[in-house]
Amino acid sequence: MSSLVLLLITLAALALSYRKDPERTKKALLVSYRSFMALIPSLLGMTGIIGLLLALTPPEVLANLFKFHGLAGFALISVVGAIITMPAPVAFPLAGTMLRLGASYSALAAFVTTLTMVGTVTAPMEIQYFGKRFTLVRQTLSFALAILIGALMGVIVH
Amino acid sequence: MALLKKYQLFAAIVAADLILSLLRPAMGWAAAVNSARFVGDILEIVPMVMILMGLFDAWVPRKLVEENIGPRSGLRGMLLAIVLGTAAAGPIYAAFPVALSLRQKGARLANIGIFLGTWAAIKIPMILLESNFIGMKFALVRLILTIPGVIGVGLLMERFIPESAIPEVKAARAVNSTGT
Repeated sequence: MSSLVLLLITLAALALSYRKDPERTKKALLVSYRSFMALIPSLLGMTGIIGLLLALTPPEVLANLFKFHGLAGFALISVVGAIITMPAPVAFPLAGTMLRLGASYSALAAFVTTLTMVGTVTAPMEIQYFGKRFTLVRQTLSFALAILIGALMGVIVH
Repeated sequence: MALLKKYQLFAAIVAADLILSLLRPAMGWAAAVNSARFVGDILEIVPMVMILMGLFDAWVPRKLVEENIGPRSGLRGMLLAIVLGTAAAGPIYAAFPVALSLRQKGARLANIGIFLGTWAAIKIPMILLESNFIGMKFALVRLILTIPGVIGVGLLMERFIPESAIPEVKAARAVNSTGT
């Protein structure tokens, strides 16, 4: 659904640009093409890692992680969330299952936040674009933020 | 050789998948199916993002980006970075090329961090999904905590990352054009 909207926007922008200046549009598309080709190796690597990790840790295994309570469980879940990256439509149903299994709101908040903001599998791509220092600092800070949000969540939502 | 080096990560994963298929055929199959599905998800989004980015590069004047989310854009620039991040579609890896374009046009480093964080963690359709599966209160509190958190992360990034640590615009362009 959202990708259809994206497609329509892209086509409209492309048509508009072409009407205004065909030459410039062709040059822009060449830039797009090159960027895309440069990205393919890391994209394939990343999808490979995600597929492998999800196969090795099926949802039932992940849900079991939430049976560890207390600080150790909280830390473990945050780390797992930081390693794996999952699309939201998969992540939230999974989080819902975990809630029914007795996961705490803190652990879920930390998990969902690390899942989306921190990604060791997307790191090679981030490094390609912004360098090692940027990637390390951004991911470390985001991880700290996830822990903080998790902790605050435990206080606010019961 | 250059080709092998570029695809070494992918080759290693394929090898791991094959070994897994021999030991646990069901798991190996699941890994391959998962990966193929993700490639499909990516092809739905990334080519379009790349085209929009190319057009953005060609048409949007540097001055516009610099004035609105550049070094002197202040709080308004941060809020704008958040709006840009939430309005976007797709997972975080689709955000990297967009963020790089913004950076090359003069966006402030903190705003790049804010943009990436928002893109990853805050999305309106995702909030509905989150309320459905976990709970409305959970989703809203997490949102309210995340917004200032993302701004904090952006500002700290600017503090800890010297300009020199980010690949130069020229170098970044080289990364963009190695695929010819």
